[in-house]
Amino acid sequence: MSIDPGPLTAAPPEEVQRAQTERLLEAWKQPTGWRYWSAVNNSVVGLWYVAMTFFFLLFGGVLALLMRLQLARPNNDFLSADLYNQAFTVHGSVMMFLFAIPIFEAIAVMFLPQMLGARELPFPRLSAFGFWCFLLGGIFLCGSIFFDAAPRGGWFMYPPLTSKYQSGIGADIWLLGFSFIEIAAIAAAVEIIIGALKTRPPGMRINLIPLYIWYVLVAAAMILFAFPPLIAGSLLLEVERAFHWPFFDPAGGGDPLLWQHLFWLFGHPEVYIIFLPSVALMAMIVPTFAQRPIVGYGWIVLAAVGIGFLSFGLWVHHMFTTGLPGISLGLFSAASEAVAIPTGVQIFCFIATLAAGRTVRSVPMLYAFGSLVIFVLGGLTGVMVAVAPFNFQAHDTFFVVAHLHYVLIGGALFPILAGCYYFFPLINGKKLSDKLGKIAFWLAFTGFNVAFLPMHLTGLRGMPRRVFTYQAGLGFDALNLVSTVGAFILAAGLAIVFWDMVRPKKKQSYSERNPWNAGTLEWTQEMPGKPWGMRSIPEIDSRYPLWEQPNFLRDVDEGRFYLADAEEGKRESILTSVIDARPEQCLRLPGPTFITLWAALTMGGFFIFGTFSLWWPSLLSLLASLAIIIYWLWTGTALIPEKAEKDVGLGLKLPLYLSGPESAGWWAMFITMLAVLTAFISLVFGYFFFWTVRADFPPDPVPGPGHFWPLVAALLLLGAWAQTVLARRWNRNDHASAFYTGLLLGSILAIAGGAALLAGPWVTQLDPTSHVYPATVWILVTWTTFQILIGVIMQLYCIARRVAGRMTARYDIDIRNVALYWHFTAFTAVVTVAVIAGFPLVA
Amino acid sequence: MTGGAIVIWIAVIALAIHAFRARPGSHSGRHANYLILGGGAIVPTIVLTALLIYGLAPIPALLAPAPEGSLKIAVSGEQWWWRVRYETSDADAVVLANEIHLPVGEPVEFRLESPDVIHSFWIPALGGKVDMIPGRVNRLSLTPTKIGVFRGACAEYCGTSHALMSFYVRVEEKAAFDRWLMRQRATALPPSTPLAKRGQASFLANGCGACHAIRGTPADGVVGPDLTHVGSRLSIGAGILPNKPKAFVHWIARTDQAKPGVLMPAFGMLPKADIEALAVYLEGLR
Repeated sequence: MSIDPGPLTAAPPEEVQRAQTERLLEAWKQPTGWRYWSAVNNSVVGLWYVAMTFFFLLFGGVLALLMRLQLARPNNDFLSADLYNQAFTVHGSVMMFLFAIPIFEAIAVMFLPQMLGARELPFPRLSAFGFWCFLLGGIFLCGSIFFDAAPRGGWFMYPPLTSKYQSGIGADIWLLGFSFIEIAAIAAAVEIIIGALKTRPPGMRINLIPLYIWYVLVAAAMILFAFPPLIAGSLLLEVERAFHWPFFDPAGGGDPLLWQHLFWLFGHPEVYIIFLPSVALMAMIVPTFAQRPIVGYGWIVLAAVGIGFLSFGLWVHHMFTTGLPGISLGLFSAASEAVAIPTGVQIFCFIATLAAGRTVRSVPMLYAFGSLVIFVLGGLTGVMVAVAPFNFQAHDTFFVVAHLHYVLIGGALFPILAGCYYFFPLINGKKLSDKLGKIAFWLAFTGFNVAFLPMHLTGLRGMPRRVFTYQAGLGFDALNLVSTVGAFILAAGLAIVFWDMVRPKKKQSYSERNPWNAGTLEWTQEMPGKPWGMRSIPEIDSRYPLWEQPNFLRDVDEGRFYLADAEEGKRESILTSVIDARPEQCLRLPGPTFITLWAALTMGGFFIFGTFSLWWPSLLSLLASLAIIIYWLWTGTALIPEKAEKDVGLGLKLPLYLSGPESAGWWAMFITMLAVLTAFISLVFGYFFFWTVRADFPPDPVPGPGHFWPLVAALLLLGAWAQTVLARRWNRNDHASAFYTGLLLGSILAIAGGAALLAGPWVTQLDPTSHVYPATVWILVTWTTFQILIGVIMQLYCIARRVAGRMTARYDIDIRNVALYWHFTAFTAVVTVAVIAGFPLVA
Repeated sequence: MTGGAIVIWIAVIALAIHAFRARPGSHSGRHANYLILGGGAIVPTIVLTALLIYGLAPIPALLAPAPEGSLKIAVSGEQWWWRVRYETSDADAVVLANEIHLPVGEPVEFRLESPDVIHSFWIPALGGKVDMIPGRVNRLSLTPTKIGVFRGACAEYCGTSHALMSFYVRVEEKAAFDRWLMRQRATALPPSTPLAKRGQASFLANGCGACHAIRGTPADGVVGPDLTHVGSRLSIGAGILPNKPKAFVHWIARTDQAKPGVLMPAFGMLPKADIEALAVYLEGLR
């Protein structure tokens, strides 16, 4: 290992510095006027993102207040039953999908580059695309309640209620709208993961990564594996609603419990996806106010990773009352208790840090402390409900309502508020008001406990959840009234926080730089910040560079580190290696564009038209979206640089173009395909689930899809895969004609393979509406064919790129990523064939 | 369990406050590691293991089937009421709705199912809840130990009027239970007063029998609740209205208001006198 270079020993002359900053400012200039909305810069998009999530928090909060008014007294008629059911469905869904998860991604998108000393995350346009999808989907969903068309099946959407017993488009809005938003969430997760792995500053080895980054890395990785089961489940449920394929209908051999498994395979990790990034904020705040490095860094990382893994093994504790055997109850009770241990470790690390340091009183610490008080109680009731026999009583009562709000408000909302007060100066250079912050805290803290503490008792006295009213005299009346009063006090506190954030601050002077005397990289930012993120990208050799690296601010400011200039007027940042953050590439980043907005609008059209069963406009919208995305890729990605290398300062020369596993794009493809594969495996899980619960699955004799066509399909598709892999090699060796014919042959084989795959169930006349077996075969085959179709488009795209001279033997990002895509697709095809043609032989 | 949770909660908060106030240097690095390892890992592991042993021990007993020959009751959750069937040994099972009687001290096995959406059968005072899932049959065994009237409710969100899906359980002495079961098995009493007779005529003339059965009359519908002895029940409308003629009038005339989304159409268009006669007739079916 080489010795890390230090900063320049002498500052560049002043006029050089001035010229450098001018060029940097020019390269990173934000668009103005109406073009402002074409911005893709992480700090701008991050801000929109955070603002929208707070808007949705407000919306969900108002719904909660309406519900509390309805429940203030027995037999109330303030809200109708139907409206109440819409309100609680939308409240839960909005808080989960439009506030809790997006705000983590929003905060990460906004601050990750600063924390990493990078200029920008590697895929700014992807972030912008994700934001627009989120905005569109969120407004569509929330708006539906004003037309009495909102989903009303609960945020958990259990069929058959949602498949056969609720007419109207509410359920479709939920299924399609949230699938759309989940795509945005996965896009952001890809961005965050690669940001954390590849855009760290030189020298920030894996043991020096700020804790916040560790946490969001774990949470984003969890999104990759948690969201796809829900997307797969939503696909099944929507197909059942629209085309009557009986996945969840016992009359057609289906089983409603499959949905519950897929939903909670998502739903339980989701809780930790919300919780971890919020604790991450605490992990930044606590050391700052203890004025010392965190105690137990390794423990915390271990605990966060441990929670990430454990959280995928707990989902069944949401299903304890569905009639499970005792062994499952015992195992999942124990697993659910086990997760308390890593959680406890983190809390004790924070306590140890406070004990070891001289703690400074501050508003962020006040919220952090409130969070601890609330969250620990919620965690302890969680330990209680995880014990199956207690769960039989508490499940689906207000006890659980109390528990989950203690966990989510204590474990997520309060840390986020702490984060608001802590990080706000980074947004516009000004602090929030200490006075308002304290008033708001005491209102919110008191109101919260007044509202939710009594609910434990309400639940234990027998009040079920999700009831629009209750009868008088059952012991619920007074408790509910108290809860309603508490809810309004909590709302008053939150209203003050909102006011504090949006109130005009023209007259308020800028905060001093690094106002809390923090040690982490993001506080190098000037007040107010500059669009370039970092004046020069530093060499890091400690966890708290502002505390531990002498003259750090001066060296950054005077451009004594890397990339202090933008000679070519282009936006650039440094990519480093995953483990030890060796500089690998100078990455050129794209600038403002409206393409992302158009891509999101057309993609949204696909889902929104689909909601109204307008299949043709929906399909057209999808095609338009595909065309726009291809245009976006064609004009904006894998651009061949004007020179091979660039001097980034301190005597370091970095290539401007890398392909394969060293490039960010390859990682993005890999990570995205992991998510796609997980969704596919969720569908396969469905197949085997039916096999375990249904004696007639697969039916005997098996009606299809036979063996001939699936086997032909497997052979053809393996051929298509081999051709693609060979084409990558031929391109590398610059055998143009072999590349073209190989890839063309590959795409023909792929099309033939897809057709053969469809031919199996087609010629054996499997009718997907008749029974769950043909439906499952068809869904696997359709999924795989769709993936093949995209693969064909990619193959043709690579041919076109080479013809147009946008891809060459050396500059071959496109074909390498497409070959990677085809590894996954070939695997998917083989599994599909093995399952649909092979498994019936064994079963 | 609650006591233990409160103690742990107070301990953690106290520790945090102490840490907040502590002066630096009073805790060495090794100290901190002991704290993290002890407080975060070792103590929770011991407490949780003990809790699991204590908490999971009752599971086998809770899940054990009722002994051979126990009373068997099939309960079907339907939007938004409960169909109850006593599976007695003789040919005629006793069918009723929204009410269950149990003999005290005797084990009973409930067979729980649903023809429409997922419901959850829950009598808080007698036992835990068990879901009723279309296409599946779940079982719940319990032995009531106390005489009294207990309320049960649907615990799984099941649509518009999920909140209005309750029932009553009366636990009584074996002798009283047997008498009750005998009465439930009998056919309905013929109406005795002119008003009740008019009510019965109206019931049959207006097609109520297409959905409701009153054994001993031509009404033999199976879609809705069996009304043979509806007047003997503790409530009407699945635990939401008192068993009084006035409540019957409200239910018949404004069904959609009493229970939003209900399948039964409101019969408010009938002459008022007819509705009142119906109410008297039904309330008299004891």
